[in-house]
Amino acid sequence: MSDQKDEKKTNRRDFLFTATAAAGAVGVGAAVWPLVDQMNPDASVKALASTEVDVSSMQPGQSLTVLWRGKPVFIKRRTDDEITKARAVDINDLKHPEKDEDRAKNPEWLVMLGICTHLGCVPLTDKGDYDGWFCPCHGSHYDTSGRIRKGPAPTNMEIPKYEFVNTNTIKIG
Amino acid sequence: MSDHEYTPSSKFGKWFNDRLPLLTLANHLTDYPTPKNLNYWWTFGGILTFCLITQIVTGLVLAMHYIAHADMAFSSVEHIMRDVNYGWLLRYVHANGASMFFLAVYIHIFRSLFYGSYKSPREIIWILGIIIYLLMMAAAFMGYVLPWGQMSFWGATVITNLFSAIPLVGESITTWLWGGYSVDNPTLTRFFTLHYLIPFLILGLVVLHIWALHVPGNNNPVGIDIKKPSKDTVPFHPYIVIKDAFALLMFCIVFALFVFYQPNILGHADNYIEADPLVTPAHIVPEWYLLPFYAILRSVPDKLMGVVAMLSAILILAALPWLDTSKVRSAVFRPLFRQFYWILVADVLILGYVGAMPAEGLYLLIARVATAYYFAHFLIILPVLGWKEKTTPLPLSITEPVLGGSPNFAAARSDEKIEKTIK
Repeated sequence: MSDQKDEKKTNRRDFLFTATAAAGAVGVGAAVWPLVDQMNPDASVKALASTEVDVSSMQPGQSLTVLWRGKPVFIKRRTDDEITKARAVDINDLKHPEKDEDRAKNPEWLVMLGICTHLGCVPLTDKGDYDGWFCPCHGSHYDTSGRIRKGPAPTNMEIPKYEFVNTNTIKIG
Repeated sequence: MSDHEYTPSSKFGKWFNDRLPLLTLANHLTDYPTPKNLNYWWTFGGILTFCLITQIVTGLVLAMHYIAHADMAFSSVEHIMRDVNYGWLLRYVHANGASMFFLAVYIHIFRSLFYGSYKSPREIIWILGIIIYLLMMAAAFMGYVLPWGQMSFWGATVITNLFSAIPLVGESITTWLWGGYSVDNPTLTRFFTLHYLIPFLILGLVVLHIWALHVPGNNNPVGIDIKKPSKDTVPFHPYIVIKDAFALLMFCIVFALFVFYQPNILGHADNYIEADPLVTPAHIVPEWYLLPFYAILRSVPDKLMGVVAMLSAILILAALPWLDTSKVRSAVFRPLFRQFYWILVADVLILGYVGAMPAEGLYLLIARVATAYYFAHFLIILPVLGWKEKTTPLPLSITEPVLGGSPNFAAARSDEKIEKTIK
């Protein structure tokens, strides 16, 4: 734009430039968005939203790993000892303070995404300094409530949306 | 850019060249005046071009047999290894070719660091090189995912999860990269597409890299500006071509040793197990060429800061021309820098070693010290050295230190400066 000696007086041409650029930007944005959004989860991926799991055969102390939306979900039937341990922790000692009561509505059952919140590995069950889970990738230790206690992971393992359909069946998602 | 006008000898050549000056370009490339003291560390540019072409050609033919689908990728790779004619050779050349490519690029980068090739007026060449290096890492990472073995899957999971460290939008970005809620088929197909695309982007950048190089011309071991053409230069062809060809031959011998005798030594046995989203391998390690950065990532106990440190470790290189405040290019005339240079080389090797070890105890401590030193080298040592260091006197020309005391002394001068004491 070659503005002449007569300085920055906005004229009709400036208005046209701005209007054209604005309309062009909106048009380009609208054209690019489908190219970007096609990479988001598609309808068929979203359709696999929930999984039902039969837990009738599980004994206290046992755990089960099921696949939900391509991710592992840990279902742990906790022993009294593990519940006591999880509930005895002072919440102020935690990196990501969450009460065990909020994480396991039914204290016997802990249902959570089996994904380390550091970089997404699957932690090993009944391992680590807090007898909960241990991630072999970068050394994060989780307690019996799946809360981060030591290591690089920033948050506790996530609790997905789930419900007991009946006493023997858990519906995840 | 040749100093003389080029005219093709044949009538057709002249007719063609007037319409598309390809012959002028070819003449520029063959006659290009090159410093006559280039040593073998300067042959890696040609070697890298060879590596890129090898990866493109073998990759192209592998893509004719590979199937980018989560259910079929693993067996299609085994199909290439067992059934396809020479499939084993093509895949081993491609897989080891990636390692050879990185080996050559690291030598190329460290040569630049030693001889100060990144300094004015070559900053753009250097930055283009850093972009090429970043694209190489992206291409190598995505290529490693394609066989859909355990290391492929979990490597992809760990690396894509790096983006989840970004505040607020991290989760959405990760989901967008995956095309789902975990690494799965949509991730594999897009990685294949991008893995196919990136080498051609690199090829384009290599053209710009060489174009930018041909503006000031090559740096050289002495690191001084030279007149071209002059007594200090030789034409690229045949002098440099033959030297490059010999170095390439030596390089190919090493390449062949890997391909034919130890094709899997640089890989991980876990990658011959098909991807299983329920089981993480006990020890996840990236390919050797990413280990120093992996060590930096793990040395920081905070997720976001770890990712920031790892990316900064690479991006800090782009700022190098301005962090190194010394006017003298070559380490030959910088006695202090020379020592710090070798400490840096050792530091990066140490980072690579601890990156392959478990992140605990002594290894973690070493990784932290080495990470701190890495950043200190670029952010503290280099800027301070620039004004503290006493450099040794530079020769006036490449020829001068060689012919300085001889009767040919005057003839050896490539410029008409007043005499200067020679060491």
